[in-house]
Amino acid sequence: MHEMGIAKQIIEIATSSIPDDLENIPVEKINLKIGQMSSVVPDSLRFCFEILSKDTPLAGAELNIEEIPVVVRCMECNIVWTINKPVFVCKKCKSGSIKIISGQELDVVSIEVADPDTT
Amino acid sequence: MEIKVIRKVLDVNNAMAEQNRKMFAEKEVFVLNVMSSPGSGKTTTLEKTLSYIIPEIKSAVIAGDICTTNDANRLAKTGVSVVQINTDEFGGDCHLAAHVVEKAAGNLDLDAIDLLIVENVGNLVCPAEFDIGEDAKIVVLSVTEGEDKPVKYPLMFRVCDAAILNKIDLLPYLDYNKKEVLNNIRQVHPGMPVFELSAKTGDGFTPWIDWLRQRIAQK
Repeated sequence: MHEMGIAKQIIEIATSSIPDDLENIPVEKINLKIGQMSSVVPDSLRFCFEILSKDTPLAGAELNIEEIPVVVRCMECNIVWTINKPVFVCKKCKSGSIKIISGQELDVVSIEVADPDTT
Repeated sequence: MEIKVIRKVLDVNNAMAEQNRKMFAEKEVFVLNVMSSPGSGKTTTLEKTLSYIIPEIKSAVIAGDICTTNDANRLAKTGVSVVQINTDEFGGDCHLAAHVVEKAAGNLDLDAIDLLIVENVGNLVCPAEFDIGEDAKIVVLSVTEGEDKPVKYPLMFRVCDAAILNKIDLLPYLDYNKKEVLNNIRQVHPGMPVFELSAKTGDGFTPWIDWLRQRIAQK
């Protein structure tokens, strides 16, 4: 539901990451990492991004989203595993002392711009 | 040509939340972020909660809604200072972000209070994602909602420090499986305290108020 705000932040981050000497160069792709525990719906995000990025150097850029699975560690017996449903109980020792190692990301990893030589 | 960025999208909010946290620490104000779906009885729970703790614990409330000042009007009757935030000014946001809380806190005399309750926008999704600089997060769930809410919205139940299960006075009239909801909460967040209460009758409030007092005293 808050994809509009997230898309706005992504546009700000991506726009400010374009090096000064490459100003006005079209951005072709924005690479994102989005954890499955973050409550962002990729399709909604793409939709919001498309609307907000019009008339910016990011117009037409593809949002390349790498979805990151939820990986947890049991703080008692130390095993690490990937969960596919929200059960935060150790599958081995039944401890509830669980740390989320990954799956909450909401990161802009990189942007890809058209090669200056070819533009 | 790829240009490395590696930045968290929520960095701006997180930095603002840290500033809020520092400000609240300096003013020795305990901040409680209260979240729930719409209609869980959040405002009634807060009205009742305030009736137990004031005037001993000096309190104020920031109430977040997309529109209307209804919640603020109700809470103001308890005698505490209330600031209403209508997020439609901020684009109709479905949650309170850190900068919005900072702005609202500017309208309160933080030196005069020990507890600031932030009643977030009714929504089990987005508020879970946004740090506002609080000391504790709680979620209010009611027995008129599905038992599977905790597993449908795991992030919310994972990030909270306690849960309130409200409207237990209605249990005799409902086909509600309380054991199932408690199991679901335990799966998502083992060990998290769950307070079963009725904001209407006041039943079950003592353990919740004790927990809140203890958390405020710890700060």
